[in-house]
Amino acid sequence: MDLKTLTYIVVGATFALYLGIAFWARAGSTGEFYVAGGGIHPIANGMATGADWMSAASFISMAGLIAYNGYGASLFLMGWTGGYVLLAMLLAPYLRKFGKFTVPEFIGDRFYSNTARIVAVVCLILASITYVIGQMKGVGVAFSRFLEVDYDTGLYIGMALVFFYATLGGMKGITYTQIAQYVVLIFAYTIPAMFISMNLTGNPLPQLGLGSTMADGSGMTLLAKLNLVVTELGFKEYTTQTIAGRLDMFVYTLSLMIGTAGLPHVIVRFFTVPKVSDARSSAGWALVFIAILYTTAPAVGAMARLNLHATIQTGEIGSPEGNLSYEERPQWFKNWEKTGLLQFEDKNGDGRIQYYNDKNPEMAAKAEGFGWKGNEMVKVDRDIIVLANPEIAKLPHWVIALVAAGGLAAALSTAAGLLLAISSAISHDLLKGVFMKGISEKSELRAGRISMAGAIVVAGYLGLNPPGFAAGTVAIAFGLAGASIFPALMLGIFYKRMNKEGAIAGMIAGISVTMLYVFQHKGILFIKGTEFLGDLGPNWFLGIQPNAFGAIGAIVNFAVAIMVAKMTVEPPQHIQDLVESIRTPRGAGGATH
Amino acid sequence: MQPKPAQRAYWQRNTRLTVALLCVWFISTFVAGYFADELNRFTLFNFPFGFYLFAQGSLLIYLIIIGIYVSYMNRLDRDWVRESAPGEPRTRFPSSGE
Repeated sequence: MDLKTLTYIVVGATFALYLGIAFWARAGSTGEFYVAGGGIHPIANGMATGADWMSAASFISMAGLIAYNGYGASLFLMGWTGGYVLLAMLLAPYLRKFGKFTVPEFIGDRFYSNTARIVAVVCLILASITYVIGQMKGVGVAFSRFLEVDYDTGLYIGMALVFFYATLGGMKGITYTQIAQYVVLIFAYTIPAMFISMNLTGNPLPQLGLGSTMADGSGMTLLAKLNLVVTELGFKEYTTQTIAGRLDMFVYTLSLMIGTAGLPHVIVRFFTVPKVSDARSSAGWALVFIAILYTTAPAVGAMARLNLHATIQTGEIGSPEGNLSYEERPQWFKNWEKTGLLQFEDKNGDGRIQYYNDKNPEMAAKAEGFGWKGNEMVKVDRDIIVLANPEIAKLPHWVIALVAAGGLAAALSTAAGLLLAISSAISHDLLKGVFMKGISEKSELRAGRISMAGAIVVAGYLGLNPPGFAAGTVAIAFGLAGASIFPALMLGIFYKRMNKEGAIAGMIAGISVTMLYVFQHKGILFIKGTEFLGDLGPNWFLGIQPNAFGAIGAIVNFAVAIMVAKMTVEPPQHIQDLVESIRTPRGAGGATH
Repeated sequence: MQPKPAQRAYWQRNTRLTVALLCVWFISTFVAGYFADELNRFTLFNFPFGFYLFAQGSLLIYLIIIGIYVSYMNRLDRDWVRESAPGEPRTRFPSSGE
């Protein structure tokens, strides 16, 4: 059977599975629509959180990011996982004890103010929309690459699918499909990695393979060999290269962590488990399931980079026969050339491929001596690392088809989770909470479905016409969530004296400072030409890049909130009692919605 | 209403543990990240140490942190529920002003 038919069959089967689950898990009440009825087992919830969390970017781009940035990519790897420590210890159990449906609902009740609730909704929507644009793009890209349909068609298929299971089942449908999606994506990610690790090191576990000696008889460890290969070609040493200054890296990592803990589509997953203790353990399970992929990624990155160089630099550097002849390039090379993700240009006309770092003056001088006229791999898209991996390792067709299904699962699951967070903020917080208090449960459920449909249409529109800034906005979404929602929740739980004035001022200050800093360097509303300071290192405050500014925004939020709270009256007694009650485990077994 | 002494004892144990574990989290992420170059002089399982922390180590540490937190808090909660039952002697959580 040819690859294309096989891919359609595998992907079609997973879609049928998701639709079947959606039909089975229809939501009958608002409780089921918002928090899946609050009866999800902590391990199942951990799995769903893993799929919710790991987006198309994690699945497709992360290994490539690591392959080309080596140690420098650590900030993403640690930043996107360390937040779970904060979630497990600082937020999840207390918010579960509080036991309501949404994040703005907690903020509104804890700060006894509809204004606070509305400010939280605005912050939530700003962060989630920024994030969802990237996901919709991921859906379109994943479909177009794997199924060879055009981007727009891919996006429509994805929207239709999410529409079906998210409006029908709400959180309940999303949770069960996410569990299925997690299983699909984790197999799709680890199976090719195991084959490759086996080939290179003789050890089938990629995590161990990364630290093993090469199976080629050289006696070198894989990392030492990789360091040698890349430095000989003028690239930076793999295990030590960095992509940002020390302080910048520090702040960036922190921003991603508090953003992880502050992103509402992740927090709300901990409202779906039965007990407070389940919320704690569920965060741990989520990290276990995420770690399976996140510890495989560095191995995939390193091994793919090594394979890529070994394919092209077949012999000694500088010898005329040492480079792969373009005519003899392997089939996967030709396949990915067609997509434009790989591009070759024979600069010195010798019919062979030279792939080295021509930006390194020392290497460029050496290359002159060999008769090389610059790096000839003019484009190596980093997504290649995961997409072409099974082909490079000559794996059977069903593995390649599985990778397609995995990439699609990753993109769909994250988009659905975000869309639910947005729609429940509208139907539950704005309509039921503020503007139409008398609304019946049945009407609220209908409103939830309508706002979900609306959110999908808006997100789809933004995916089809991505604003110019769409690339690299995911990091900004973390900054916005980290600067606004995370501090408000922390203060609400751990600082009893915090009152509504402080919380509102803090959230507004935090998100404004972060947005202004981003706008100042990237243009007001990202419109080119309106930035008043160039987006360059010397203009950055203490050398901190705009993507990393969320942590500074959070500090501003904390400072402003505490200052304002000290100058205004303390919160009423029943609120202080509320804080006391979410801190104590009494009734830990029976937190109800 | 002021929190009862038992509540206060529970909360104090909880926050003390949380702060201690957060320190571990901070050191393994930020201090280690800041001094990665220096740590790379050491090796662990064939990895330069700083690089190992990035590739696998920090994630394992995070998992251990959450594991410790979950098991300690579950025990604390169990004791709390047991000692809240009428007739049980209070040991871990004092019942009145001490």
